[in-house]
Amino acid sequence: MANYSVLLVAALIVLSVPVLTLFIITPLIRASRANKVKLEPYECGVPASSLAFDHRFSVRYFLIAVLFIVFDVETVFLFPWAIRFKQLGLFGAVEMAVFLAILLIGYFYAWKRKVLSWV
Amino acid sequence: MSTLTKFSAIPYTGPAPTNREPYVPANVAQTDARGEEIAAKISNNALQQERGQDMPSFSVDRNAIVDVLTSLRNSGFTIPLDLFGVDYPRRSGGRFDVVYQLYSPQANERVRLKVRVAEDESIPSSVGVFKGYDWYERETFDMFGVKFEGHPNLRRILCHEMFQGHALRKDYDPAQRWLLTEQGVAKLLPKIDPKFENVDTDFERVTLNLGPSHPATHGTLRIVVTLDGETIIGADTEIGYLHRCFEKMAETHTYQQVIPFTDRLNYCSAIINNVGYCMTIEKMLGIEAPARAQHIRLMLSEFMRISDHIICIGTNLVDMGALTNFWYLFQPREEILGLVESCCGARLLPTYTRVGGMAVDAPADFLANSQRLVNMLPKFIDDVEKLIMKNRIFLDRVIGVCPISQEDALSYGFTGPCLRATGVPYDVRKASPYLGYETYDWDVPIADGGDTYARFLVRLEEMRQSLRILQQAIDRGLPPGPVIVDNPYVALPPKERVYNEMESLIYHFKLIMHGIQPPVGEAYFQVEGGNGELGFYVVSDGTKNPYRVRVRPPCFPIFEAYPQMITGQTIPDAIAGLGSLNIIAGELDH
Amino acid sequence: MTQALLMRYLLWPLVKFLGAFIVVQAIVAAMNWVERRLLGLIQARLGPNRVGWHGLLQIVADPIKFLLKEDIVPSSSEKVAYFLGPMLPLIPTFMVYCLIPFGPPPMFIAARVNVALLLVLALTSTGVYGIILGGWASNNKYSLMGGLRSAAQMVSYEVPFGLSIVGVLMICGSLDLVRIVDYQANNAWNLFPQIVAFFIFFVSMNAENNRTPFDLPEAESELVAGYHTEYSAMKFAFFMLAEYSAMIVNSCLVTLLFLGGWTMAIDGKGLTTQQLVSMGVLGGIIGLAIFLTKMMFFMFVYIWFRATFPRFRFDQLMDLGWKWMIPLALGNIVVTGVFVLIGQERLMYWIGLATLGAIGFHIFRKPVPAVKAKTAHEVAHAS
Repeated sequence: MANYSVLLVAALIVLSVPVLTLFIITPLIRASRANKVKLEPYECGVPASSLAFDHRFSVRYFLIAVLFIVFDVETVFLFPWAIRFKQLGLFGAVEMAVFLAILLIGYFYAWKRKVLSWV
Repeated sequence: MSTLTKFSAIPYTGPAPTNREPYVPANVAQTDARGEEIAAKISNNALQQERGQDMPSFSVDRNAIVDVLTSLRNSGFTIPLDLFGVDYPRRSGGRFDVVYQLYSPQANERVRLKVRVAEDESIPSSVGVFKGYDWYERETFDMFGVKFEGHPNLRRILCHEMFQGHALRKDYDPAQRWLLTEQGVAKLLPKIDPKFENVDTDFERVTLNLGPSHPATHGTLRIVVTLDGETIIGADTEIGYLHRCFEKMAETHTYQQVIPFTDRLNYCSAIINNVGYCMTIEKMLGIEAPARAQHIRLMLSEFMRISDHIICIGTNLVDMGALTNFWYLFQPREEILGLVESCCGARLLPTYTRVGGMAVDAPADFLANSQRLVNMLPKFIDDVEKLIMKNRIFLDRVIGVCPISQEDALSYGFTGPCLRATGVPYDVRKASPYLGYETYDWDVPIADGGDTYARFLVRLEEMRQSLRILQQAIDRGLPPGPVIVDNPYVALPPKERVYNEMESLIYHFKLIMHGIQPPVGEAYFQVEGGNGELGFYVVSDGTKNPYRVRVRPPCFPIFEAYPQMITGQTIPDAIAGLGSLNIIAGELDH
Repeated sequence: MTQALLMRYLLWPLVKFLGAFIVVQAIVAAMNWVERRLLGLIQARLGPNRVGWHGLLQIVADPIKFLLKEDIVPSSSEKVAYFLGPMLPLIPTFMVYCLIPFGPPPMFIAARVNVALLLVLALTSTGVYGIILGGWASNNKYSLMGGLRSAAQMVSYEVPFGLSIVGVLMICGSLDLVRIVDYQANNAWNLFPQIVAFFIFFVSMNAENNRTPFDLPEAESELVAGYHTEYSAMKFAFFMLAEYSAMIVNSCLVTLLFLGGWTMAIDGKGLTTQQLVSMGVLGGIIGLAIFLTKMMFFMFVYIWFRATFPRFRFDQLMDLGWKWMIPLALGNIVVTGVFVLIGQERLMYWIGLATLGAIGFHIFRKPVPAVKAKTAHEVAHAS
């Protein structure tokens, strides 16, 4: 357990670096001559036609993202299985084959339904 | 101390500068006969044949122009080369001449139509006949205020929205200044392509500006796209950010002083512009540059073409994320510019040619340097080809990207590599050879598909063909003799003579103060620029300043087709396509 | 007692972490210089060579410049998220350094845990959140699109990234990186039996790091600067720092998983962990050197790729991920399983070796000429 505490402290140390520089050091030494135009969002030098917050962007890969969750969870399932694979032997292999088969059916179904095709 | 030769009799027999009579080139009779044939074929009462000075020329009644253009298109004149205005403020019966120039690739001939129009009159728009005339009509409207009835989108194109007056009218005071404020910047909302209008989407369409300050525009262009996700469903362009009123400036300078302005058109291949302009004036004067000058012009033009293609290919690949080709190819480009520098001292904007020849002779090691370059260039071209042409990622990024059909390309008035990429083997150097291109053994590369890949193939092969020409040119060697005509009405006498001889001093003074004074008339001359047919149309009224200089920038119609090409493509494709069109803002915005 | 515990479990690992932190920072800075010089070398130009010996002081000059640059915060941005954007990816990438053994244990590892690999994967995959957050918070359309592209990339390559490791785990049977390395020292590099997994892992790690040819989120010719369009000064530097740190992490991972980490041994013969540990300090240094050499090779490959490849387009990238990488990775798992089950593990090593040989042969074969444009002359004569 103690090893994990190191991770926590390490995270704090790493976090302190950007906090220190962004909020303490740079404000002290950097130049700051901001004006209205400079602080506008950049859109190639012409007044922005709209802001990003004005829109609901068309995220075409939404379904792929849903599939991603399924497969990511699958990967997590595979990890402990893979470690004990040699011990589990044929039984484990068959069991995982069934699990993968179910997933693959879904995968190819999605492929067939053109979910994987972008746009 | 240089040895002086006594100033002998001037071997000049052409028209004297005081001659205000229209200059008639030798081939006029032939163009008139050909004009009759064309007129017979069109058989339209509105068509009045004029005495064409360099191509069959007609004056057309303004109401019949659409019919005439349609019949001409149907009889083979499929490329709309140019459309522009000329202003004669004190002329009765309409002050403006709107000039249409068409080209027929099959018959390899050009035709010029002139429509006379008064200030309060309008011309029916010919956008329906040639898609390319959309922007040309806007430009004519912008510059002269000529209205085109039925034009879908008749607004300014090169000048900004808050500009008042029409700049190329003779009574427009060039000293006026018009300020563009933030409020005046056009809020463009691209029309959504009908193909995508009915696509049911829960999301909003996003309008995004690509440019003017965008890393991929290489210059200043503005492309406004409407996006659905990353798919472009509508696009519009705005140009004119680099508008330097080349044509207006030319009217207030002498013929020689215009040469530096031409450098700034396509600054990647400036010498070709110099050559094109000077040869136009030479055509008006009825003179020809000496053989040595022509040889230097040809060689440097070909080197410049290679350098132009190098930049196009390099920057296009940078846009696609392949960085190395760009820097790698800049090495030979530097060498090419070094060669230009050794000739005239300037690199990018050389202003090397003069009317009647070259400014100075090429250095003694010119041929040796050229040979060295011709020897080293194939390796670079081969290396880049090896790096990209079999790279699957690259091929996926270019094949079928931003395609344009042959029909559309012709209708827009494409020329150069972009037209050849659709399979039309039109090259000015083959179609109407100049500088002796007909005596060299070389081929016009073409490709099918008109997509980015085809344009790549054509450009790569064109560089090889240019190298072939160059090798032959080097083998022939530079012809002996002067590099500029011995004609004191056109070319300055050598400096040492000016210091020592009265006549030379007078000629020098006259030429500096009063400039070249070509006879009254008009001339159109075209050369093959890096991007296609680069044409200059010059009207002379016999004075030292050109009455009208019109440049036909090959980029202009090509970029005009860009919104159509990118609709339905994604942003990365649009960027890859833009690079392959080689849009040079300096040329586009003249 | 508590003091000793603190010493053993907190202070000493922390010192090691700080050591690693500083070393990695130095490597990041050096990589920046190496990358620019190397790109220069590849692209027939010089690269930075003005500041210091061969431009080496560029490492110092860059942070100073970043510190002194004007810090522009767009007025319409979502401030909290905007600042979190560059800070977030730093934390997981540097936490990972606690878990990575840079040399033979126990000296070169700050926190040895038995699920190190799982933890590393979990932490590295959070790096993308900073990009998405930063892209969204900038309230700029280019940034948002960059962020969305980054998300799409993560969605497409996280799965093959994870799946490719499964094969390694099946062979080695542990999530502990030290044991994975030891297994390789006692057999052979996992590169051979898991050549397919290595390929998938390598491609996916390029994609995870947003490096060419997968640098779509910041595709500067398309989206101006992508997700960091609105970031200037130190905030931009942190994005870069995180990117390079993540590159190093992934290079370390590929070294540990497929190239035998700090060992240089086949079938237990050569510089195994035991061998190195028994050599004491010298062994540690040798192990570290071996590790860094292998890692730097992959950093070099990153740069080499950047100099060579054009960028993918969006749909092509997702196609590659979903239609090629995932089936390939799953197939690899099945094949590995079959070989392990029939007890022919050794055969896989030979097959892998043969595959590598075939790839090498293919590369050095006489190339097929590229397609060229036809000439009008040829066309006329053909018809």
